[in-house]
Amino acid sequence: MNTAAAKSPRAARREARQASTAAFLETLTLPDGPAWLTGLRKEALARVADLTLPDRRDEYWSYTNPDRLIAHDIRPAEVFKITDEPPMYQGIDRLKLVFVDGVFDADASDPLDGEGVEISHLSEAGDIHWAKDLYGSLEAAGQKPVARPLAALNTALAKDGVLIRVTGKVSRPVSLIYYREAEDAEAVLHNVVKLEPGAELTLLENGPVAARSSICLEAEIGEDAVLHHVRTMGRDHERKGITNLFARVGKGGLFKSFSLSMNGRLMRNEAMVWLTGEGGSAHLAGAAMGDGTFHHDDTVFIAHEAPGCESRQVYKKVLRDGAVGVFQGKILVEQAAQLTDGYQLSQSLLMDENCQFLAKPELEIYADNVKCSHGSTSGEISPDHMFYLRSRGVSEEEAKLLLVLAFLAETLDEISNEHIAEDMRLRLRRWLEKHTH
Amino acid sequence: MLEINNLHVKLENEDKQILKGLSLTVEPGSVHAIMGPNGSGKSTLSYVLSGRDGYEVTEGTATLDGEDLLDAEPEDRAARGLFLAFQYPVEIPGVGNMTFLRTALNAQRKARGEAEISSGDFLKLVRAKAKDLKIDAEMLKRPVNVGFSGGEKKRNEILQMAMLEPKMCILDETDSGLDVDAMKLVSDGVNALRAPDRAFLVITHYQRLLDHIKPDVVHIMAAGRIIKSGGPELALEVEKNGYADILAEVEA
Repeated sequence: MNTAAAKSPRAARREARQASTAAFLETLTLPDGPAWLTGLRKEALARVADLTLPDRRDEYWSYTNPDRLIAHDIRPAEVFKITDEPPMYQGIDRLKLVFVDGVFDADASDPLDGEGVEISHLSEAGDIHWAKDLYGSLEAAGQKPVARPLAALNTALAKDGVLIRVTGKVSRPVSLIYYREAEDAEAVLHNVVKLEPGAELTLLENGPVAARSSICLEAEIGEDAVLHHVRTMGRDHERKGITNLFARVGKGGLFKSFSLSMNGRLMRNEAMVWLTGEGGSAHLAGAAMGDGTFHHDDTVFIAHEAPGCESRQVYKKVLRDGAVGVFQGKILVEQAAQLTDGYQLSQSLLMDENCQFLAKPELEIYADNVKCSHGSTSGEISPDHMFYLRSRGVSEEEAKLLLVLAFLAETLDEISNEHIAEDMRLRLRRWLEKHTH
Repeated sequence: MLEINNLHVKLENEDKQILKGLSLTVEPGSVHAIMGPNGSGKSTLSYVLSGRDGYEVTEGTATLDGEDLLDAEPEDRAARGLFLAFQYPVEIPGVGNMTFLRTALNAQRKARGEAEISSGDFLKLVRAKAKDLKIDAEMLKRPVNVGFSGGEKKRNEILQMAMLEPKMCILDETDSGLDVDAMKLVSDGVNALRAPDRAFLVITHYQRLLDHIKPDVVHIMAAGRIIKSGGPELALEVEKNGYADILAEVEA
């Protein structure tokens, strides 16, 4: 059906997109850095030029408008007073690395050393660095089958971030804390984590980051290595941001990632995970709660490339007062990936009639002996559950709170560290107590 | 204790009258049984008394210890001592049974101006009561009613009743889905709670349960009203002859 007449508008559109992307890229200045990094940044910029910037016509951007993640004017977002909240992870011993408006703050951070772990940060990376083989490489690989131009843009523009190489089992979590001071700052951070075979690390990320943020994490998880990743997004209402997560999991390796988002105007969390060795596992979970102008998007892609791997996606959103939730999740099972065990769940709890949940669950399976399941639902709190609890004397408010936490419980189950899970539970509870009306 | 007077109730969203002038008085310390054919409004009565949405009271009153019941929120009725053992206890994934029990107990204590129970005392209390009902620690740890058998769910209802110590207990077909052993367990649990300041309203289809929980008064309900009241022998009569005779007798 492709006639010459039908093709040419498409070609014209592509040319126009390339031209506007090129014009946009012209305006950018790459950060300074060692030669290897500059080279990789230029390559990333070339990828953006080729992929072109996203717009609403792209399949994976039809539910979320990328314009405000790209536009030059960064609309200010009021800074949430940190004193309104108890600090996170109280009582959890961890190595703290602090960034303010996207720039590493050495004075506020712990010394960059620890047993079994080698840490540096991007803005001071030297001429010779192990990360030169990894920086941008997973992002580049992750441009197929779904283009992620904003991730490439991050690779090109990131001013800072951490580079962590783990050689042993590290029990003390590395905690990245993203503070913000300026009302209108943009932060572009690119973190690289490499786990050597058998290594283990817990990586924590929290904080409001910036008025607009782009954070990319590339994680290479070696044979039998384990990476626990837990991140929370701050509560500033006007904040916008995108995260891109790329993880390659080797034979017998385990990658667990949990994200908690509360508030914010626009949040897009993309994840691309490859299970490349037999017996690897990836568990991705997300809990999001927001109201009003909250727009939250989880776009997840898990590729099973080797046999006997397991993956779980558990995403839940609590939406109220007009909030919008998006879930686009895919399990791809390559022909070689026999005995795959894939699970995907996306659910939203609509607290009133103005909210919207847009879900696109996808399975693409080329192996014939696999177990894959997916489910997506949206609904309200069950009146039967409410009545049962209230008939026992539980107040309406408390009953609602219990049921919302119950709804989210399955995502918290994906956090291995019970102290961290409890911290999340308390945080969710506080948010609900403030917002239940 | 419980006083129901000329109660008329219809479905909120439907033009369907279910209770049509029901009157009933339950005295402290007594056990009243309500029997009646399907569709006579027995479950509706239990839901209206406990405050479930979806029903509209068009006429009549219901009071607990002289205070109006029908305008109160379900949690306030519970705090005042009303308890409904559900015919179909709901499963609530994600809410732990223990959390639920402690939250409910403390909410009621708080509403009555009492101090919250300490975790230690609560644990001791729940373990002792659970043991009597043969509810093991594993069941207590699970989410509310999730994966429970029919009998386990009913035992869990009685456990809640034992923990909350209400003064007016309504049992809605607690015998349904129970085998003989479970029925004995549940009945023993109920009998252990019998006290001079506590009353029971036992709704059932069958006389069987009343062999275990001996009623003082038996009411026959049909078409939204109590049509006949009597002693325990009334239940035996129903068991023997069905409802037809009584219905005919009343209509005559």
